[in-house]
Amino acid sequence: MQSSVLRWRAVAALISLATVIPLAVILASIGSPDAAIWSHLLEYQLPGLLTNTLWLVLGVGAGVFVVGVPLAWLVSVYDFPGRRFFAWALMLPLAVPAYVMAFSQLGLFEFTGPIQTWLRDTWGDSSWVPSIRSTGGVVAVLTLAFYPYVYLLARNAFSTMGRRALEVGQSLGLSRSQGFWRVALPMARPWIIGGVTLALMETLADFGAVAILNYDTFTNAIYKAWFSFFSLDTAKQLASLLVTLVFVLVWLEQRARGRRAYGQTGRAAPLPRLPRLPLSGARAAGASLLAFAVFALAFVLPVGQLVWWAFSVWAEELNAELAAYVGRSLLLSLMAAALVAVVALALSYAARRDKRPATRLIARLATLGYAVPGTVLAVGVFVPVAWFDNWLIARFGAALPEGTTAVLKGTLVVMLLAYTARFLAVGHSALDAAMHRITPSQEEAARMLGYSGWRLAARLHLPLLTGGMLTAMLMVFVDVMKEMPITLMTRPFDWDTLAVRIFNLTAEGQWDRAALPSIAIVLAGLLPVILLSRQKEPA
Amino acid sequence: MKPMLLAALVAAISGSAFAEEVVVYSSRGEQLIKPILDAYKKETGVDVKLVSDKEGPLMERLRAEGSNTPADILMTVDAGNLWQASNMGLLKAVNSPTLSANIPAHLRDPKNQWFGLSVRARTIFYNTQKVKPAQLSSYEDLADPKWKGRLCLRTSKKVYNQSLVAMFLAEHGPVKTERIVKGWMDNLATDVFSDDTKMLEAIGAGQCDVGIANTYYYGRLMKKSPNLPIGIFWANQDGKGVHVNISGAGVTRYAKNEKGAIKLLEWLSSPKAQSLYADVDMEFPANPKVKPAAEVAAWGPFKSSLINVANAGTRQAQAVMLMDRVGYK
Amino acid sequence: MSALLEFDQVSQSYGDTRVVDAMSFQLADGEIGCLLGSSGCGKTTVLRCIAGFEPVESGEVRLAGEVLSRAGYARAAHERRIGMVFQDYALFPHLSVSANVGFGLRKLARAERERRVAELLELVGLATYGDAYPHELSGGQQQRVSLARALAPRPRLILLDEPFSSLDVDLRERLSREVRDILKREGMTAILVTHDQHEAFAMADKVGVMQGGRLLQWATPYALYHQPATRFVADFIGQGVFVPATIMAPNCVKLEIGEFCGLTPNGFTVGETVDVLLRPDDVQHDDASPLTARVESKVFRGSAFHYTLTLPSGQRVLAEVPSHHNHAIGEPIGIRLEMDHLIAFHRGA
Repeated sequence: MQSSVLRWRAVAALISLATVIPLAVILASIGSPDAAIWSHLLEYQLPGLLTNTLWLVLGVGAGVFVVGVPLAWLVSVYDFPGRRFFAWALMLPLAVPAYVMAFSQLGLFEFTGPIQTWLRDTWGDSSWVPSIRSTGGVVAVLTLAFYPYVYLLARNAFSTMGRRALEVGQSLGLSRSQGFWRVALPMARPWIIGGVTLALMETLADFGAVAILNYDTFTNAIYKAWFSFFSLDTAKQLASLLVTLVFVLVWLEQRARGRRAYGQTGRAAPLPRLPRLPLSGARAAGASLLAFAVFALAFVLPVGQLVWWAFSVWAEELNAELAAYVGRSLLLSLMAAALVAVVALALSYAARRDKRPATRLIARLATLGYAVPGTVLAVGVFVPVAWFDNWLIARFGAALPEGTTAVLKGTLVVMLLAYTARFLAVGHSALDAAMHRITPSQEEAARMLGYSGWRLAARLHLPLLTGGMLTAMLMVFVDVMKEMPITLMTRPFDWDTLAVRIFNLTAEGQWDRAALPSIAIVLAGLLPVILLSRQKEPA
Repeated sequence: MKPMLLAALVAAISGSAFAEEVVVYSSRGEQLIKPILDAYKKETGVDVKLVSDKEGPLMERLRAEGSNTPADILMTVDAGNLWQASNMGLLKAVNSPTLSANIPAHLRDPKNQWFGLSVRARTIFYNTQKVKPAQLSSYEDLADPKWKGRLCLRTSKKVYNQSLVAMFLAEHGPVKTERIVKGWMDNLATDVFSDDTKMLEAIGAGQCDVGIANTYYYGRLMKKSPNLPIGIFWANQDGKGVHVNISGAGVTRYAKNEKGAIKLLEWLSSPKAQSLYADVDMEFPANPKVKPAAEVAAWGPFKSSLINVANAGTRQAQAVMLMDRVGYK
Repeated sequence: MSALLEFDQVSQSYGDTRVVDAMSFQLADGEIGCLLGSSGCGKTTVLRCIAGFEPVESGEVRLAGEVLSRAGYARAAHERRIGMVFQDYALFPHLSVSANVGFGLRKLARAERERRVAELLELVGLATYGDAYPHELSGGQQQRVSLARALAPRPRLILLDEPFSSLDVDLRERLSREVRDILKREGMTAILVTHDQHEAFAMADKVGVMQGGRLLQWATPYALYHQPATRFVADFIGQGVFVPATIMAPNCVKLEIGEFCGLTPNGFTVGETVDVLLRPDDVQHDDASPLTARVESKVFRGSAFHYTLTLPSGQRVLAEVPSHHNHAIGEPIGIRLEMDHLIAFHRGA
């Protein structure tokens, strides 16, 4: 028993290396700040960038809450025309990368876009339309891109206990709206906060969308230090601050929860699902309208803009190469999804076997990569791999073929490692939730029947975790599909994916030509997103 | 450790290539550069491998790989980036009479570590319905209060603008340069744009009257929508001339196939490749013996600044800080 | 005693399925009622109609004379002042025990609220658990917190939905007595829904047996047991087997194991063959009796044995026998009929 616990701790430690080494590379920069760059950044950049970042975090945090929670509430507690459709359709924006959302919305809503042009042609003026290249515009775009995280998790919570929460409230003299605020919302807190946290981590790590909308955030300082001042060390120092900030935020939230537990209390048998409350008349129309408005803004319009662009360029862009990009993106996403799911499984199983704080800390460390801007993490992965290759070549160069310059570098192994570092948090959260639903008594029962070790895992845990595994794989699949900076930095020669293609085209402002690969990413993400949506909504 | 086994493993993973190949790290749009490299391969049989990324990650990659880099050539846009690479010790000097003959001195590194391969002019554009060309003169003039609320610019994060301001620094010194950029900021019609095309479209739509952009964006846009009321104006013809920059390349310090790399660069500077190279993106050839494409030539002749583009690199950090100071986002 | 709750000809359907069918019953102030039936009989729906969670299709629900629900009208659930104890307790996991209990008291001043919470925690025997969180309590304790929470705002009526179903049998009996005591002490009117007859009998003053959305009988536990109105009720309540019998006289029947004459005419025609319900306590063990039956199986119940016996005709009957009479399986034992109440039904009725 003792030795097997140690073995699991070793597994957890090994897994966390995939994240800890790149993070260490980033954090190692702390020692030697470049005084000239820092003093410039501190004086002219950071105050503004921090304010901007703060507004963005507050805005997107409030935005995804205000959009995601009411929609989740409506579709899980009420019935209204189109509810069944919207229940999964509202997830679809998850398939649209934030940078695609940004350039598509920019194309639609800015001065030269179709909407303002139409307003000018019809009314002669569009100057009253607020600029999309503003704090409000960026908040709106990122909210539309990231609200599905909150929607998905909140719906998960509300569909199991939403209506019940209302009834408990009513039996204690609360009206439905009071019940929502005082009962349902507080009870769903961990799920909602989980969703908002995911959205905010994406927001903090985002560079593509804010760059397209030219909104300067903290990541901007990171990139400025690197690309304009060519001081990667300063960039890494700034990234360290970001990672620390995220870590503190996560820790604070956990502390604030204190002794409260959010699972179901009691040993009650699974509750019969209560039918949804039908809405009628104006309320039903309002609910349908709200769901439609969000769906239209977050999916129909931006994808419509992409399709419109695609019409003008498909002749030159729709070719065998596009098919190759699609193939590679799919292959990578599938492999990464499977790998991350397996690694996340091992990690959460290890944490289950060994409940001591050390192992829990290791698990937490292993999932920190999600908050690091992709490009910085890519460097964190690339540097040690290059170092390892150089060491191998120096040590065993004589035995290697003439002119060998790389062993691991430029192989899929490195890409997959980097994806694991970045997306382990996503897979882990899905699997950990499923793992928590397996009760100790179920394990004990299996042990009494003579199962232990791998046989126990194979016969008890794996079958009970298939749902969690699937969720993890689907989420990672969609994320890797959209991922850009790590793919750029670590991919093999001549091995472009859809995201790389979009990068190549948009780097020169050719948004219209990037429409087709963007549509391909969205399409590839649709099926997993729909599956995800179905899976999370018990029938 | 069994060296033989390791060798076999490495060979299996990395795949050994026997045909001659040149590896290019490039931050240029792949769709622009690939056709030309394919032409080279067709002509010489040399396999050219391409890795595209942003300049920063590419240079970091070169640095991390050190002497084991597979890259033979680093190819980027903007002299500022090339100067930076050279400054980081990633490039090596090349003594090639062909390159020296084909590329004018102000378009290459004084130490011969990099060479301009195409020329990009950054000049003034205006809405033809709102502005008469006679009202325009120079970049500096756009800081005049008469343009208040009429100017559009691209973000200062783009290296093109950093280089433009760096060249001002070389020409005017910090005080005057800061006054000019400050004047631009006071004249802005709207928030700065994230790319040249969007800015040109804004001029066409009347959101602003004048702006500064690279000519090839204008060429591309007009090809797509020829009816936009946007005119091109060659800036500073009474002064030093239009600000030009380059896209260029250099041989990496640890190039495995240095000879092949130099050959490729020489070929790229040859008249035949030059027209291909410049035409594919509507740029100007770096080789003065080569004529630009007809549609580019149609914009008329112009005097271009002869200040060495390396100045963009030496003064880039200073330029960025200056722009930060005056609030140029 | 006037009725506090009147459930008057209420019907309710889900889609095409009628789950409550023209049902009526009344509950007096201070009474504890119970709806008893197997799952799917509609008992929970009745509770939800009273709570105001479901509308009614026809009929009326009245509380203290005020109409709460009728077709096309429903007083909002939160305005009904009806408390509820949920099957899964539905405690708020993020609130302490005190905060859970005080949840419905937000209109009271702080001091008053604290006093009421303390009073209720005392009442349910959890005075020292105010700062605990629900997941730190045992199932029975959680159940009592949920009762205290429902009682706190002094509702006019309290509804208990399968309140003991997730507890051990042992705890269930003890707790159901406790809950009854608490409700009685508070003078609470309550309705309980359960599928467990022991729970119903331990808790309720009036029990209604439901089947297929209909209320078959609404009566005291004693009456239900001894005077079931239908064969279903007779079968559902308590143990027993139906045995054939012949009507001898307007108030007498003859069974294989003896004759029984009641005090009142039973409304059957003389000579008719009927089914008589024999409860285990109707069959007494008597070594002196000439009639013997063979022991087929037996269950030890501590103070008694429950024997399943086979009569000479092959008919099976049940007998409850004091546990010092320990007989082996297969052994013939003497029995005799010892009935107080005749429960008989037409054949095939």
